[in-house]
Amino acid sequence: MMSQKRAIVMNEKDNTATAVETIESGSSVVVSIAGQDVVVAVRHNIPFGHKFALRTIELGDPVIKYGETIGYATKPIAGGEHVHVHNLESGRGRGDK
Amino acid sequence: MKFMGYRRADGKAGIRNHVLILSAVVCANRVARGIADMVSGAVWVEHQNGCTQLGADLELSKRVLVAHGAHPNVFGVVVVGLGCETLRAQAVAEEIRAACPGKPVKLVIIQDEGGSVKATAAGAVAAREMLGQASCEVRVEIDASELILGTECGGSDACSGISANPALGKASDLLIEDGGTVILAETTELIGAEHIVAARAVTPAVADRCYEVIARCEKQATDMGVDMRGGQPTPGNIEGGLSSIEEKSLGCVYKAGTKPLQDVIDYAMPVTKRGLVWMDTPGQDIEQLTGMVAGGCQIVVFTTGRGTCCGSSIAPTIKVATNSELFRHMNDNIDLDAGPIVAGAATVDQIGQVIYDEMLAVASGKLCKAEILGFNDFAIHRIGPTM
Repeated sequence: MMSQKRAIVMNEKDNTATAVETIESGSSVVVSIAGQDVVVAVRHNIPFGHKFALRTIELGDPVIKYGETIGYATKPIAGGEHVHVHNLESGRGRGDK
Repeated sequence: MKFMGYRRADGKAGIRNHVLILSAVVCANRVARGIADMVSGAVWVEHQNGCTQLGADLELSKRVLVAHGAHPNVFGVVVVGLGCETLRAQAVAEEIRAACPGKPVKLVIIQDEGGSVKATAAGAVAAREMLGQASCEVRVEIDASELILGTECGGSDACSGISANPALGKASDLLIEDGGTVILAETTELIGAEHIVAARAVTPAVADRCYEVIARCEKQATDMGVDMRGGQPTPGNIEGGLSSIEEKSLGCVYKAGTKPLQDVIDYAMPVTKRGLVWMDTPGQDIEQLTGMVAGGCQIVVFTTGRGTCCGSSIAPTIKVATNSELFRHMNDNIDLDAGPIVAGAATVDQIGQVIYDEMLAVASGKLCKAEILGFNDFAIHRIGPTM
């Protein structure tokens, strides 16, 4: 039976999950990775549609969603932290670099 | 699968029977709208182009206008020009007649008629006659293989890649399995996902074209010396949780389904291959929509997470919400809800089938919300300066 998850992991290679409802800081969230339930302690408030890290992402490491690189970490990111434009930068279309 | 559509004299299949009042130049917009206001049931388009344009940019504007007049969803067309403009309304009317022998085409030139009031009257008389003729046309059974679907996502959010776009991808696959054609577009919103599409190209030349159009698009941003994030993802995308163009693109690409890529074509060029085709368009929703319709798509499915209400005046534009909250919040504008996928209450395949069934119903005459509310969005992509 399908059950509602509070966050979705699109691909087993991903190091981020996407919240499908607002998640409060301090929540323990169950996500399904390749059929296995994994618990992540979320460290920030995560708005609907936003991402949090599934595990540590080092400075400069690729941030992965859909099994593909969506950008690079601009600071070390701990598991459970909000991942967005404050700690992730695009590698494409960067005329400013 | 079959739908009930209009068989045109040129052999093409239409799903609507519009009388289109086509402004051929910015200076004719008021008259075009005046004609449409006077004749119940006519649709019109207006735009900022048609004068003091040069070379390829001028040709592109003309191509889009001719393609709209020649479109199989259009029964007849009134072309309105001012008289002194660069883009000759006479040439637009002639090219529509040449492309579609037998289609009613009326040319109205404001300077020749003696001003806007007389031009509006002349156009209204012609449009009234066409609407009478159009009302006698009868829908006939047509195979779904003759449908060209334009796919679009606008106002994306983080659910676009989870729910509505994968579901639209399933609908795209279903149409292609029935022999039909699907346009993938929005080159900007494929930056970071081009390798996924190129891997499905039918020949190395088509794969090369994927990388080529992406490189040209990305170079436009880098040449301006800016971070593309100033405009893409948009502020609304970022608020919705999308952090980079790559993330947006990887969600966008799902709407193309899983079938082989047959061709990569330029903006507003006619779609000539069956199956999945990539049209090189900007990410701006209305320019993209207009380019795909000019390419021949009779129907558009448009996914949205932040909410959009736009629609083509001649090609029904079906909206699919990525989340149920949006579906409720903007229900006047959104036709279908892919939110149950996010909630775990439906599968991508189930909603994909719902989208495909709705497409065939709309192709057979069911009105979508953008049509009922009279949307007539139209914008021609510019590739040169106004002189």
